[in-house]
Amino acid sequence: MTTDDTILRVEGLAKSFGATEVLKEISFTVRKGETKAFIGPSGTGKSTLLRCINQLIVPDRGRVYLHGEEVTHAGSKINQYRAKIGMVFQNFNLFDHLTALRNVEIALLKVKGMKESEAREKALFELKRVGLEDRADHYPAQLSGGQAQRVSIARALAMDPDVMLFDEPTSALDPELTGEVLEVIRELASNGMTMLIVTHEMRFALSIADEICFMEHGTILERGPPADLRDSPAFERTRQFAGRFAEL
Amino acid sequence: MDLVAILISWFPFLLTGIVATLGLVIAALGIGFIIGLPAAIGQVYGTPPVRAAINVYVWFFRGLPLLVLLFLFYFGIFPAIGLGDVSAFVVGALVLGLHGGAYQAEIFRGAILSIGEGQMTAARTLGMNRLQAIRHIILPQALLIALPGWSNEYPTVLTDTSICYAIGVTELLTRTSVIVSTEFIAMPIYLACAGIYLVLNYTGIKGLNLLEKRVAIPGFEAGSN
Repeated sequence: MTTDDTILRVEGLAKSFGATEVLKEISFTVRKGETKAFIGPSGTGKSTLLRCINQLIVPDRGRVYLHGEEVTHAGSKINQYRAKIGMVFQNFNLFDHLTALRNVEIALLKVKGMKESEAREKALFELKRVGLEDRADHYPAQLSGGQAQRVSIARALAMDPDVMLFDEPTSALDPELTGEVLEVIRELASNGMTMLIVTHEMRFALSIADEICFMEHGTILERGPPADLRDSPAFERTRQFAGRFAEL
Repeated sequence: MDLVAILISWFPFLLTGIVATLGLVIAALGIGFIIGLPAAIGQVYGTPPVRAAINVYVWFFRGLPLLVLLFLFYFGIFPAIGLGDVSAFVVGALVLGLHGGAYQAEIFRGAILSIGEGQMTAARTLGMNRLQAIRHIILPQALLIALPGWSNEYPTVLTDTSICYAIGVTELLTRTSVIVSTEFIAMPIYLACAGIYLVLNYTGIKGLNLLEKRVAIPGFEAGSN
């Protein structure tokens, strides 16, 4: 079942909030370098799924494995796993009291224990990668939404994660700012980064993902390569959803 | 002897009172900070027993008149635990500190709670443990947010110090009263005393305003969370 290049394995993940079953026995594997996109209507558990993977939300049942090691029930080792799982949020969640550079540096210093000069070099490299080395000294409030999101991507990348989780990375952005963020993510995909992306940008998902998972009511209703999903939607629901975005 | 000459002759005497008053202020603010900040952290992040204990502390020290606290500690608690010969200054500073700490705890608690949940989430996602996230991400922001409110503690504590007169701390008001009862002139002497309080007040507030400007972070109040 587990091939050598499997990075992440999710088995029977389930989570309820009160009486609401948000995730119902979700399972999948992610290969190294794979980009998996999760699409579907709001409130179908996509964000909860990402948060269960790095244990920001503790699932009721099910297991998550990173490189074959169990992340669920990891106890205090969870911090080591989280450091290997990069996450990008809808609202960026940049540290408001720190410059762009410090935002990228801080975990290198405090979690990885890098020296100041080493961390600086690495942070500048990552900022350059997202095209923002000239914004290093800006505070989050001085950045546009698109720039802030790119800094948050740099912050996650600086940890050299095995997997990147993107939780609706462009949903909080003005339409004219989404392009620069999607471009950075596309670049990562072509460089072989392993990624899980929750997005409403259907066309982007179709163009970038190796596999698309259509989620509804806490289950993966349909999954497959973009070409299959686009040309032969087995489920009416998928077609409606995909159709709505096809005109964009 | 004219008034100016009287004031000048007593000035060294008053000056030591000013020093004592400022000593009380600094000690009280310092003790209040050392108690108030951890208390606020405990209130927000602590287990239920920790929170309950801190709530009792805050309730007690905010719920009693300062003068009652002062008498209780100086004439009651300290002698009762065999520390009856501790100086009035030390007891006064401690009581002001414990009292102020309860208020500071509330200031810091409000500041911590005003920080968006996303800040903690992002810190944990990067692999920081809870303590690291509090220390490196939450507290620096909370302190910045709390500073204007915290600055208000200075004039409050400054004026509160005069209550230490009641247990005989030789601070500004006590020394002023000595002069009044020696020279038998009340009005000008108390006015001079009031003037000194106002100058100390103004200077301190100006200093704290400068500090606020110095540590301000561009657009921090309008941060993305």
